Amino acid sequence: MLRFVVKRLLSLALSLIVASGVIFLVVEVAPGDPASFMLGINAQPETVAALRAELGLDQSRLARYLQWTGGMLTGDFGTSYTYRTPVAQMIADRLWVSLPLALYALALSTLIAFPAGILAAARRGRPADIGVMGATQLGVAIPNFWFAMMLVLIFAIQLRWFSAGGFPGWDAGFFAALKALTLPAIALALPQAAILARIMRSSLLDILGEDFIRTARAKGLTARQALWRHGVRNALIPVLTIIGLQFAFLLAGAIIIEQVFFLPGLGRLIFQSITQRDLIVVESVVMLLVFAVIMVNFLVDLAYAAVDPRLRLRA
Amino acid sequence: MMSRNLILGGVLTGVFAAAALISFVWTPASVETMNIAARLQLPGAGHLLGTDHFGRDILSMLMVGARTSIAVALVAVGIGMGLGVPLGLTAAARSGGFLDEAIMRMNDLIFAFPSLVIAILITAVFGPSATNAIIAIGIFNIPVFARITRGAALSLWKREFIMAARVAGKGRARISAEHILPNIANLLIVQGTIQFSLGILAEAGLSYVGLGAQPPTPSWGRMLADAQTMVSLAPHVALIPGLTIVAMVLGLNLLGDGLRDALDPRLKVARA
Amino acid sequence: MSLLDIDTLSLAIFGKPILKRLSLTVEEGEIAALTGESGSGKSLTAFATMGLAPTGSRMQGRIAFGGTDLLRLPERAMCDLRGRQIGMVFQEPMTALNPVQTIGAQVMETILVHKAMPREAAKARAREVLARVGLPPARFPLSRYPHQLSGGQRQRVVIAMAIALRPRLLIADEPTTALDVTTQAQILDLLKTLVREDGMALMMITHDLAVVSDMADTLHVMRHGEIVEAGRTAEVLRDMRHPYTRQLFDASRHRADLGAKDIGAPLLSVRNVSRDYPAARKSLFGKPEPFRAVDTVSFDIRHGERVGLVGESGCGKSTLTRAILGLEPVQEGQITLGGEPVWTDRANLAIRRRMQVVFQDPYGSFNPRHKVGRLIAEPFHLLPDPPRGGARERAIGAALASVGLAPKDADRYIHAFSGGQRQRIAIARALIIKPDLIVFDEAVSALDVRVRAQILDLMADLSRDHGLTYLFISHDLGVVRSITDRVLVMKAGRIVEDRPTKALFDAPKHPYTRSLLAAAPTLPPPPETRDAAQASL
Repeated sequence: MLRFVVKRLLSLALSLIVASGVIFLVVEVAPGDPASFMLGINAQPETVAALRAELGLDQSRLARYLQWTGGMLTGDFGTSYTYRTPVAQMIADRLWVSLPLALYALALSTLIAFPAGILAAARRGRPADIGVMGATQLGVAIPNFWFAMMLVLIFAIQLRWFSAGGFPGWDAGFFAALKALTLPAIALALPQAAILARIMRSSLLDILGEDFIRTARAKGLTARQALWRHGVRNALIPVLTIIGLQFAFLLAGAIIIEQVFFLPGLGRLIFQSITQRDLIVVESVVMLLVFAVIMVNFLVDLAYAAVDPRLRLRA
Repeated sequence: MMSRNLILGGVLTGVFAAAALISFVWTPASVETMNIAARLQLPGAGHLLGTDHFGRDILSMLMVGARTSIAVALVAVGIGMGLGVPLGLTAAARSGGFLDEAIMRMNDLIFAFPSLVIAILITAVFGPSATNAIIAIGIFNIPVFARITRGAALSLWKREFIMAARVAGKGRARISAEHILPNIANLLIVQGTIQFSLGILAEAGLSYVGLGAQPPTPSWGRMLADAQTMVSLAPHVALIPGLTIVAMVLGLNLLGDGLRDALDPRLKVARA
Repeated sequence: MSLLDIDTLSLAIFGKPILKRLSLTVEEGEIAALTGESGSGKSLTAFATMGLAPTGSRMQGRIAFGGTDLLRLPERAMCDLRGRQIGMVFQEPMTALNPVQTIGAQVMETILVHKAMPREAAKARAREVLARVGLPPARFPLSRYPHQLSGGQRQRVVIAMAIALRPRLLIADEPTTALDVTTQAQILDLLKTLVREDGMALMMITHDLAVVSDMADTLHVMRHGEIVEAGRTAEVLRDMRHPYTRQLFDASRHRADLGAKDIGAPLLSVRNVSRDYPAARKSLFGKPEPFRAVDTVSFDIRHGERVGLVGESGCGKSTLTRAILGLEPVQEGQITLGGEPVWTDRANLAIRRRMQVVFQDPYGSFNPRHKVGRLIAEPFHLLPDPPRGGARERAIGAALASVGLAPKDADRYIHAFSGGQRQRIAIARALIIKPDLIVFDEAVSALDVRVRAQILDLMADLSRDHGLTYLFISHDLGVVRSITDRVLVMKAGRIVEDRPTKALFDAPKHPYTRSLLAAAPTLPPPPETRDAAQASL
């Protein structure tokens, strides 16, 4: 088990190094100099040079890469070119919206998908299965941002149960904030739930065809007992991967939904930064998202080992 | 065996493909003519699906938009298959070796970048355009095809008929081309259909946030973005393009399921 | 009253009749064997009795267990019966256990699901029953997971689960087919002991007549969903009233007519060959210790010789085969064919074209997308100047004819052929470039006995008429005995005995060979031949 964790940690570190390198290089080749962009086209060359020096843009690429990554390790993400405030602070503020939103959506998606997928597998070929499969077929075909617009149309504009967008902040009270995140979370969660339910169903059906389910039935377990005691835990193994991928998607995919609901999350931060050529913010947010994906995959690997004893031995 | 899925999916996909093709020679109205007097009209005799906030004919815009969507998704699938399949075949043929390891690590790395983040990075560098949307979606398709190809090829490499071919003195590349590829073609076709439908969704999302095809090229995603402010005044301008996307994606997914059942009921296709 | 009384049971799956008016009885304390070739419906009879017939099954007739008709029992009552009154053991121990639960939890589940006793008592019973099947708690604590056990040990766990509540009837579906011969003998002994000690009835499903004749009290021979002959085992073996029974026994006992042959100069020479595989590290920074799959092996095969290689799974025979075929390099020693090495820096194609191989699986060894003609012509790829056009067609036709198929079969796809025919096609593919040596890698192991006998005859004919030299690799001692001149016995990577077949079987020298021979179940000698009129009744 220790060997397993150490090996995973090493590959995690390697992935982060390569990913940071790629992000840095891609942003480096971006046309347009932040300094001249910030000062406008009429700026004097001397002023631009001074600003470049102040932003550290006159140093070598390697020096800047090491400074950037070294800073990140200590929690210093640099200073925004545009706002002249620490990037770490900007990200932290936005994360208070994006992270709860992603978790909220993930919880909803899992809560819907598990029962639906298990029900469909248990009632394979019967009306409940056909109903669930039809609904998920539709669910995976709906663009989440359009679904979000429809939710706004119905629940905010017509019924006036929710506001159409914006975020009051957590200072406004937990439930007020949660309420503002509810429609966005539903819009994010439902299409994901459809995918997850389909995977849960097919994974469970695969397991139900295994020999050990037959063994369990021969012991005297009812079909339902065999499904719950022997089916679900084994079926979780592929489902965990998808949940891991989905969390990453929800964090990054919220970018579009944040646009629909005017939420001050990471997504809007990244769009603003691109239009203002605030590349250090772009770099850091993208790195953060990639870090989240790699981290979640690492945790999923650990969860695998917890679910499947076979993995504890080999690595 | 022709299943209901296959027929329904085929018909839906065929209708959209036909609409896109017809739009090259004919549309009910010009998509560039604005007629503010006739704006936000409900579906009716003059405009079958109504007009948008500039008075443009929605049906015509949808037809031309289908062109963009299909082109973007198709080329993106092409990129994914063209690069991903050879990579996957190579990895499987060199299973456990350095090349395999290198290819799979690269895959993991691309997977670590959510597709939207790739798109944002690319547009941050090169500016928004349909081409960049294609590249962003295409890059994300490469590891999908590489992974599924490798998985299927690996299980074939264990089969005895491959061993028989090796005993017959054939090299790895030749076995990959002659024995492996034809036996995984069905799987790739089905996965291609699914990636195609995901491509349509991704293109709509990117153009909705302004990172896809730029005006005046009509695109489904931007029609929705434009409709957002009018949604309370004229719900149909948001409803109709949205339902169009749903129908197209649904059609492709049904086609994929139908093809899978028709080609080989044992095929395992990743639906993530 | 019989414990189990199956009366005119018919079963159809989605309208296709599988079992036809089948009747049989099993008495308490008795071992009843159900035998027949694949597709005869013997396993399905077992599952129907358990109430676990596949979806789409419709049944008629009666399955009375202790007087209750199981076909009319509600599912809930059937669940109470399974595990408590009727236990079952399956063919494939590697997949019959839940990989994510401990063996203790799985054995205890049988007890707990029937609420037979409280948790602590169930735990004690699980230990006791595991000890009884030969897994003492000191070495096999309840916390073990299935992947930490061997196939034979897993089968013991499955048996422990089945007998945890001392059922009155145990059904065993090919319980030893997936196991090695020594493990098989142990598991069969265990089952016999359990029956004798507990007075339990055992319904044993098997295709292996030798296993049956050793241990069953009654014998039921099945064919196409019907029982064609049934009775006390000794009587059935003596009388063999139905011709099918006789065919099965004759085929099982079949000896191919090898004839005498001139043995020539050495052809294949294996000298001090070793092959290592990198093994898993024991600790994080420790040096990985390689696993030696083949350990300093030496032997020769001469022109015209028919050599057998036997050994249990994991003994290294597959690795050795791959090395001989030049598919993988070896770490030490050298393999030469006619004096030329099979592997220098890479596979030696000039040598490889002089060897061909026939694999075990008649279904997996052909690309389903190619026609038979193209399939069997594949080895032409090895020739510098392969025949084309008419010459190619003629070569394909001749190869098919030599294995008893028609030249026109070249235009059909492989799925149109049965398992036995596919094995003939595989042999045709091996013959087409007229190799000096053919390796038969478990080539008859997947075939039913009657088809197996035909394929063995074909091999013997080819070796007599075409001067074929072959290496026959198998786990089945009986088959090796009937088709080879000389036998190599392999254990843990080494050849422990290498002697002429007759001498080795008559007087094995190495203790391992002796234990193999002792473990192998044997058929009784044939009854004296009766006249044809009586046999066909």
